[in-house]
Amino acid sequence: MRSLILAVAVVALVACSDKNEPVKAGKANDSETLDLQGAGATFPYPLYSKWVAEYQKANPRVRINYQSIGSGGGIRQITERTVDFGASDAPMTDAELAKAPGKLVHIPTTLGAVVLAYNVADVKSGLKLTPDVIAGIFLGDIKTWDDPKIAKDNPDLKLPRDPITVATRSDGSGTTAVFTDYLAKISPAWKEKVGAGKSVKFPVGLGAKGNEGVAGQVKTTPGTIGYIELAYAKQTGASCAWVQNAAGKFVEPSLAGISAAAAGVSKDMPDDFRVSIANAPGDASYPISSFTYILVYADGADAAKAKAVASFLWWAIHDGQKLGPDLFYAPLPAEVVAKEEAKLKTLTAGGKPLL
Amino acid sequence: MRPRATEVNLGDRVFRWTTAIFAGIILVILAGMALQMLRASAPSLSKFGFGFLTSTEWDVVREEFGALPFIFGTVVSSLVGLIVAVPVALGIANFHSELAPSWVARPLGFIVELLAAIPSVVYGLWGIFVVAPWLRTTVEPFLGKTLGFIPLFAGPPRGYGMLAAGFLLAIMILPTIASISRDVLRAAPTILREGALALGATRWEAIRSAVLPFVRSGIVGAVILGLGRALGETMAVTMVIGNRAEIAASLFHPGYSMASVIANEYAEASSDMHLAALSEIGLLLFGVTLLLNVAARLLVWRVGGGPTGART
Repeated sequence: MRSLILAVAVVALVACSDKNEPVKAGKANDSETLDLQGAGATFPYPLYSKWVAEYQKANPRVRINYQSIGSGGGIRQITERTVDFGASDAPMTDAELAKAPGKLVHIPTTLGAVVLAYNVADVKSGLKLTPDVIAGIFLGDIKTWDDPKIAKDNPDLKLPRDPITVATRSDGSGTTAVFTDYLAKISPAWKEKVGAGKSVKFPVGLGAKGNEGVAGQVKTTPGTIGYIELAYAKQTGASCAWVQNAAGKFVEPSLAGISAAAAGVSKDMPDDFRVSIANAPGDASYPISSFTYILVYADGADAAKAKAVASFLWWAIHDGQKLGPDLFYAPLPAEVVAKEEAKLKTLTAGGKPLL
Repeated sequence: MRPRATEVNLGDRVFRWTTAIFAGIILVILAGMALQMLRASAPSLSKFGFGFLTSTEWDVVREEFGALPFIFGTVVSSLVGLIVAVPVALGIANFHSELAPSWVARPLGFIVELLAAIPSVVYGLWGIFVVAPWLRTTVEPFLGKTLGFIPLFAGPPRGYGMLAAGFLLAIMILPTIASISRDVLRAAPTILREGALALGATRWEAIRSAVLPFVRSGIVGAVILGLGRALGETMAVTMVIGNRAEIAASLFHPGYSMASVIANEYAEASSDMHLAALSEIGLLLFGVTLLLNVAARLLVWRVGGGPTGART
């Protein structure tokens, strides 16, 4: 009994003494490194992780952790203030903005494209798809690869008789929002039956989690077509379809096509940057392009963290843009960058401007 | 040294109260979870009522929710898992308890239990890279050609779908059913077997006629426990089931299970009704698995002789 009491006492003392150490270290850490948490879209994740790595090299006191959980998750986390910045491909709707405890600001960070990746035997590249065909496939009206509607635009391709397996996103996704926004624009049937949004009821399709999940499914299952972000398509080596744009030209997904799509809209960019560039006019435009945004509060709660986020964003829209093209993200047009600089200067914390 | 009477009592009392508090904490956590889920699903319960269980609509944009496709998916994938796992598990249990020489029995028991230790996610990865392609290229075309007239095996082979999920679940619940069945079989008195063998029965006849009727409720309990585990499996199922909220007759068709939809959609559900609907599905799952596990445990104890396993 006595030795038991002694043992318990020793354990208690040891536990108490250990408690002091982490607190001290924590205090010391606070003045040395700043931890920023971000969460949201999987669309720009390859670029953001490169940005985080480069920015941390130049600013070793800042540690940024970005979790790619989907645009829906990013919007929810920033609304609940569990992260320092959110990320979303689709701009927040007025209803979502109203739910946030403060005013949220959209900062476009880069441009990307949603491509239609496919895995068809004997067709390694060069599949041309018109908007009607894309809508038909995703509505479930076009069921096999050798359907005359597809063969019409691809006379020199050997299309097999296999059924089309559609791959969609099972999680709430900005990539889905961009893609369904495009579909709603080019297909009244889609707009009425399904609508646009981060999480829609797809008429057909196997659901996979994240851009990675859809890319994986396309890669491993022959006869599959899915919509993924350009960077993921290039990284997994998936074949991307040529899409017919508003001007009637078939365009391959490329940085030039994305920039052409964005060029038209830069002059009319609204003040809050919420805009859709789907099915943009122009001969060279790739029709399924989109801005992607980082979301921050106009008035930040924690001054040190808000300033760090603002500095990171300033770096991202200037130096960070150079890292985009290697990862297949198009740089922001100059007029948009100028407008963003003005916007970033209006960010405050506790009323005091950050930059 | 004589222990003083008061010292002994105090130590014992402290010990009793401490352990009682620990036991009580479990009950409190369980009750707390149930209450929290009830609270979280209140908006959905009041809006959809009983229709939630019968509606097939799951439209986030229009905020119409119904749990029937998920209930169907969970039940069907678990049933497929059971149908594949139970014969194999009973075979393993019989072999292990009755027929295996001891130098085989020990490693066999160890390896079967090892299957239970593999994380669900690892099963899911194996399912994506091995099971789904195998089903798509070998099993499903074969079933389609030979039994394609049955609606169960109609449709193009995709690999991902109800059959893949059922197959993975079968492997995951195999160790549970096998080890509990083996314990239950061992708990049958040897006199039963010896009596049957003495009357001239073969091994199989002795097991079938003397032992199995005695342990029947225990084996049913083991199967129900396996079912309980299958109902709640999340990661492995969500990686191969196809994640499509649809009810279809074919096993090749994708489906969606209750645990999968919660795992996929909870992190970014932003509307209150969506969150409430997902919480209600969680409540359903919680209630069903709780009931099944209670029933199964009672059945197993009836044979095994109570919660401590002691034979009275």
